[in-house]
Amino acid sequence: MTAPPPLELRGVSRTYGEGAAAVRALVDVDLTVTAGELVAVMGPSGSGKSTLLSIAGSLEEPSTGEVFIEGTALSGLGRNERARLRRRHIGYVFQDFNLLAGLTAVENIAMPLELDGVKSRAARRAAGLALADLGLADRADSFPDELSGGQRQRVALARALVGDRRLLLADEPTGALDSRTGEEVMRLIRAACRSGAAAVLVTHDAQLAAWADRVVFVRDGAIVDTTAPLPGPESLLTPRGTDLDEPEGP
Amino acid sequence: MSVRHALLALLSEGPKYGLQLRQEFEARTGEVWPLNVGQVYSTMQRLERDGLVEADPDEPAQPGPQRTYRITEAGDAELSAWLRTPPQGDAPPRDELLIKVLVALRLPGVDLPAMLQAHRTHTIGQMRQYTRLKEDAADDLALLLIADAQLYRLESVVRWLDAAQSRLRDHSPEPSSPAPGRQEQPHRHGAAR
Repeated sequence: MTAPPPLELRGVSRTYGEGAAAVRALVDVDLTVTAGELVAVMGPSGSGKSTLLSIAGSLEEPSTGEVFIEGTALSGLGRNERARLRRRHIGYVFQDFNLLAGLTAVENIAMPLELDGVKSRAARRAAGLALADLGLADRADSFPDELSGGQRQRVALARALVGDRRLLLADEPTGALDSRTGEEVMRLIRAACRSGAAAVLVTHDAQLAAWADRVVFVRDGAIVDTTAPLPGPESLLTPRGTDLDEPEGP
Repeated sequence: MSVRHALLALLSEGPKYGLQLRQEFEARTGEVWPLNVGQVYSTMQRLERDGLVEADPDEPAQPGPQRTYRITEAGDAELSAWLRTPPQGDAPPRDELLIKVLVALRLPGVDLPAMLQAHRTHTIGQMRQYTRLKEDAADDLALLLIADAQLYRLESVVRWLDAAQSRLRDHSPEPSSPAPGRQEQPHRHGAAR
């Protein structure tokens, strides 16, 4: 039996307001993200991409349609069960890191595990390992304001991946970083996917979206297009002896 | 892409023979621009004709692939001037995509947002290929620089497509042949069709 996908949205719509003032933020969205896959959602401001991420992360409910996390329909869960599912299965990464200033790096990462009932010592051990995976073992006891932007985002990423969470939801995760540091963060997200996590990345930035296995384009609340699977690297090569040099007279 | 100047640059490091020039050219451009050996010879003949390279006097004269060349003083000067010369880019380029959109603007029945989206999807597809190249080439500086250059160029296309779409939403198109005395209703390209 194959495992259910980490995330599936079926016919999801979201409308704010009623009657003539109703705004349709999402319209009949179907999206499945499989284990190991990085999917980017691109669209202009107000296209509905952040609403899509909130609904996928169970932070908001759809007006109609269904969201499945690891095969479990969210609509069938009570408030507490849904909160538990969020803590155990979903990691979030935001542009502004959302780290707690009064906690060290390792404490920030251990916190969601402790909230989930993991004993403090075990949670810290897991947090330390997650931090080491992202190359920050030596900054475990630093507070967020002692870290660079790139280091803070790596801590946020470790917090999103700690435990056995297989679904990573990221909203403009490199927006506050310079291009090289942003690239490092994207390499880490790709590495998390290679080790089996599924990730959804919401962005308006084409360079960021280009790290994805698949890019879906959202406009006016609906998915309007999706990129084809990647061809092999040989497609980038220029055929031998063509268009390389400017023509030259005798 | 100037193969002649790239070959001059390789010769500025010391005398080299034809096959060696081809191999080093490909290695240093991340093998993204393969070069056939005939191109190397014809370019070397033109460089020799122009006095920018000469047969290496320390090596016995050999024909074809084993012939060894060295750069001349004039070649050094040419290379140095080329490195400092800005690439040709002052005139507005004949951008095929721009021309297509300008043409489509006046054609009846064209779904412009869908057309822009098709180009956006294609361009981001190309960006994904170069990003994958970059991902697999962590230590290959030449390849990283090539991938970055292509990615920034393609990103500018996507940004232009976004800007074009936003402009289309705010502007009604000019009617291609307005009927005299007939009141044209403003039409928004962004509306669903």
